[in-house]
Amino acid sequence: MSLLVAQDLHKSFGKTHALEGAGLTIRAGEIVAVMGPSGSGKSTLLHCIAGILPPDSGVVRYGDRELTSMSDRERSELRRTDFGFVFQFGQLVPELTCLENVALPLRLSGMKRRAAERAARDWMAKLEVDGVADQRPGETSGGQGQRVAIARALVTEPKVVFADEPTGALDSLNGERVMHLLTSAARETGAAVVLVTHEARVAAYSDREVVVRDGKARDVEFVR
Amino acid sequence: MAIGHALLGLLEGGPRHGYDLKRAYDERFGQHRPLAYGQVYSTLSRLLKNGLVAEAGVEAGDGPERRRYAITDAGVTDVERWLGTPEKPEPYLQNTLYSKVVLALLSGRSATDVLDVQRSAHLGTMRELTRRKADGDLADQLICDFALFHLEADLRWLELTAARLDKLAAEVGK
Repeated sequence: MSLLVAQDLHKSFGKTHALEGAGLTIRAGEIVAVMGPSGSGKSTLLHCIAGILPPDSGVVRYGDRELTSMSDRERSELRRTDFGFVFQFGQLVPELTCLENVALPLRLSGMKRRAAERAARDWMAKLEVDGVADQRPGETSGGQGQRVAIARALVTEPKVVFADEPTGALDSLNGERVMHLLTSAARETGAAVVLVTHEARVAAYSDREVVVRDGKARDVEFVR
Repeated sequence: MAIGHALLGLLEGGPRHGYDLKRAYDERFGQHRPLAYGQVYSTLSRLLKNGLVAEAGVEAGDGPERRRYAITDAGVTDVERWLGTPEKPEPYLQNTLYSKVVLALLSGRSATDVLDVQRSAHLGTMRELTRRKADGDLADQLICDFALFHLEADLRWLELTAARLDKLAAEVGK
């Protein structure tokens, strides 16, 4: 079943055309790698379909709702309840402990602290970072920080996780561990993952790939 | 891989008979291509002739007698020399993919399609290897990683070529 559908997206930054008619379909529970050379528009595509960036034209549908016609507030709410995000750097709040970071999305949704931290601890254990619960992000290694960020992205059990070069700052061994844990956890919860990467070994964790070239996305056959 | 050297290396752990050697080889190196019995015995007979192994008695059993083989000093030296000699780096200059891209351009077909089909096939194999790694032990992971890094290198070439197709088309068309 199609969960997220983007059609004919256009997005420009000044005179630079980042997306020129890009389209994409994500089905529930699948892991899709969005690949393409630097500057091809793959991150812009991710930001548009995740409701972070409004496209200049085109439509993004999530289930039976149209993201592109929602207000900023509605989009923020949807991002908080249904989407999870993992980026390459700087996504954790440095002043909070790792546990507080992971619990944050639940706290923002109004969950009581004790319950939020209990759920956060469970996710940190799944991502094998329960040992750094009381440390601040600056005190952890790159690989640990990224796994804390994944725990935070998954703690709300989102329907879609958007991951933009999640292993970009990690060495091969840590990158592999992060990908293994991210994809296993997503499969366990049934979350779809949209994975932007330029690394083939990372893309190999996906079910299929979509290639973005010159602002256009090219769907490659469905595997599942 | 040089089977003779692999068998010699396995014999350094102590004398073995042919069947035992085949089993040890298959377990360590032959996951995809187990040794045929004929290959084991023809290799052992060559090693014997060259003085790299020697017969070390016969094991009696229910079935036929099983001859045991031991590595000789010359065999140990040979293994050492083999381990110390680098494998010749492949130059990879004869490349079917490159030929396909050029021929697509020469004949007015889509070279992008050639590259896309190949990328999809490469990624398909990489997915299988990645799944196998997830279920495998460390030896399995290392074998798969070797293949994955090589396939990834091919994919980087495919991407780079895709980015240079216009230029290549102009040169091919001269």
